[in-house]
Amino acid sequence: MSDKIEHNEHHPHFENPLDHTADGTKKIVLAGNPNVGKSLFFNYLSGTYVDVSNFPGTTVSITKGYYKNFEVYDTPGVYGVSSFNDEEKVARDIILEADLILNVVNSLHLERDLFLTMQLIDMGKKLAVILNFNDELKKRNIKIDTDELSKLLGVPVFETSAVKKIGFEHLDNAVDQACVGIQPDGLHHLLHEKLNRIGSQAEALLVAEGDEIIAAKHEVECGSGDDREFIYVQRRNRVNEVVSSVEREDSSKGVFFNTLGKYSLVPVTGIPILIFILSVLYVFIGDFVSQRVVTFTEKTMGKKYFEYYLKTYVAEFTPSTITVTLTNQPDSLKRTKEFTFKENLNEDQKVKADYMHVSREEDADVNFKFTNPFMKLLFGEFGVVSMTITYLLFLLLPLVAAFYFSMALLEDSGYLPRLATMLDRTMNKIGLNGRAVIPIMLGFGCVTMATITTRLLGSEREKTIATAILQYVIPCSAQLAVIAVLLSGAGIVPLFIYVAVIFSTLVAISTFLNKFLPGQSTPLLIDLPMMRIPRLDNAFKKTFFRTYGFMKEASVWFFVGALSVGILDVTELLHLFQDILAPVTTHWLKLPKEAATAFVMGVVRRDFGAAGLFHLALNPMQITVALITITLFVPCIAAFIIMIKERGIKEGLIIWFSAWLLAFLIGGVVAQIVI
Amino acid sequence: MRNKTLDTIKKGTSFTIIQLPSGTVKVQLIRLGLSEGDTILCLERLPGGTVILQKHRQEIAVGYELAKLIIVQTTQ
Repeated sequence: MSDKIEHNEHHPHFENPLDHTADGTKKIVLAGNPNVGKSLFFNYLSGTYVDVSNFPGTTVSITKGYYKNFEVYDTPGVYGVSSFNDEEKVARDIILEADLILNVVNSLHLERDLFLTMQLIDMGKKLAVILNFNDELKKRNIKIDTDELSKLLGVPVFETSAVKKIGFEHLDNAVDQACVGIQPDGLHHLLHEKLNRIGSQAEALLVAEGDEIIAAKHEVECGSGDDREFIYVQRRNRVNEVVSSVEREDSSKGVFFNTLGKYSLVPVTGIPILIFILSVLYVFIGDFVSQRVVTFTEKTMGKKYFEYYLKTYVAEFTPSTITVTLTNQPDSLKRTKEFTFKENLNEDQKVKADYMHVSREEDADVNFKFTNPFMKLLFGEFGVVSMTITYLLFLLLPLVAAFYFSMALLEDSGYLPRLATMLDRTMNKIGLNGRAVIPIMLGFGCVTMATITTRLLGSEREKTIATAILQYVIPCSAQLAVIAVLLSGAGIVPLFIYVAVIFSTLVAISTFLNKFLPGQSTPLLIDLPMMRIPRLDNAFKKTFFRTYGFMKEASVWFFVGALSVGILDVTELLHLFQDILAPVTTHWLKLPKEAATAFVMGVVRRDFGAAGLFHLALNPMQITVALITITLFVPCIAAFIIMIKERGIKEGLIIWFSAWLLAFLIGGVVAQIVI
Repeated sequence: MRNKTLDTIKKGTSFTIIQLPSGTVKVQLIRLGLSEGDTILCLERLPGGTVILQKHRQEIAVGYELAKLIIVQTTQ
């Protein structure tokens, strides 16, 4: 009966990328709890050809593939179908559209996983259960009576071990035999009225369970919190009954061998483990990727090839002054050559040939100045086209990919939930829970990327605190590299002052926000998965999807940011800015007037701000003050725009303007004391 | 036997859940497999009060603020 209803359902006004698929093609959806191996089954079914797309309005990506005449969808791992966060909403919408569901279940955690199974059965979906990790059961002397389980659930159950590639051959049968399971007696009575109005049992159930979005879609009243609790408790009891009648554990007690997992939780051993992991991350990201890889991609691929050829090409059509400096010569021989083309590059073939020759020297540093303001805007020093593309593809892309890759490895290993747990109490003091450690860590890579990740936090309050911390005190990797170089030249005392001031500011801001922001933060509640060796293919896949998602979402804002600063530059407003800031710079911060340029450039790209300090003759204490000010200063323009998008215009602007205030206030106070 | 809150339970103690706080968090606890009447082991207590629970083969971390709201009874 419910099957018929499923086929009749139609959602014309539901924005869903699943809708634009060909009519009549049936959809198989893989669903399951986190870390149950869904993706291995997905890969087996769909082979190599898959489409990845971002779910509208989220960073959650959906993977779609094809199997025989079916479309196959992978879903984010969830503990149940509801809408507590983005991933759950995405999983919910895909599951609602499913014609049949392959529910992947971790055999070791039947009690946890069968809750979702029961919910899918209650939704009236056609279902087959794939019991994964069958090999682990044998190791632990646990027996699951699959026939009995199948009988109790009313759906076929198949034993598999995805890692060992055992049982994949059952997937064909699973697809063929999937059917509607046994629903509890009272369910239809409970849903009867809603079912008449909504037409789909799955959606009626979610409405009864208090899903406001689905209720609003059908303009019906959604179930109360008590209704949901009632349904959940009943379902939990059914799950427990089923588990107790199908599972036999031969070992006397459920002692679980998870030593490393335990060590990484307890601070005595957990902190050394954390320090070790951070050191490895530093070597990989801080040294290998942000120094070696980025130097190659940004300086060579970006500046030397991409920008050089692009701008030379532009110069063929428009007036320009090109300065070529050969950097690799002894000072006496250092050559700078200036070429001025009043019309374009081709006005004088001799000069052009000379330019081409000099500019192709190994150590040539080529600088283009376009006279036409429009060309300057697009291709000049901060050109919307030239700089943004170099920045996005050759600086940001390798860094973001490296960060996401490291996070994916840590995630897959089961370490991150333990880290979140270990640091939970510390994070509580600043109004966050342990989960916030992930966006904060990502902030050291790219504040823009981290600001997007604050979505995973449980409440608006936590999102505000985490965003503020990221925007005020966390230096992104681009900035960090410049800071490290400047500080290492300044000595040990400046380093100490810098770290102490930044750290105290972090503590002060977060304590302040925690005290004065209304509302309550959500407490930690997190399932600790088994620790295991991370799977590389899985990590690569996640890295690819997330990097792609980030680039897609953030790129346009980098262009918008560059365009606005470009306009400021072309219209001379940038200089006006610098002049206004000059008195503050010289008297209050006790820095040379030119340092103001560095601050203003920091609005564009955080490392520009810090890099601008390189050319100034600063004493160690001035360096300290300048770096403190730059670090606390506003993040780059892309991070600003993403913040506005995530947190709203009012909150975004408050954070942004107070960053100006904070940076000059604290920088100035330090200057008055130490200089 | 007296009712206690979860935050006072010592490491290595088994206990029965008497009452969970109501609302969204209860729903999340039930989904993960913690419901009223269940017998659970306190596997570890971290400095500051975060509690690690074990039910069968599953480990769940519960923050201090949440632990204070869960009423339990020790089973000895």
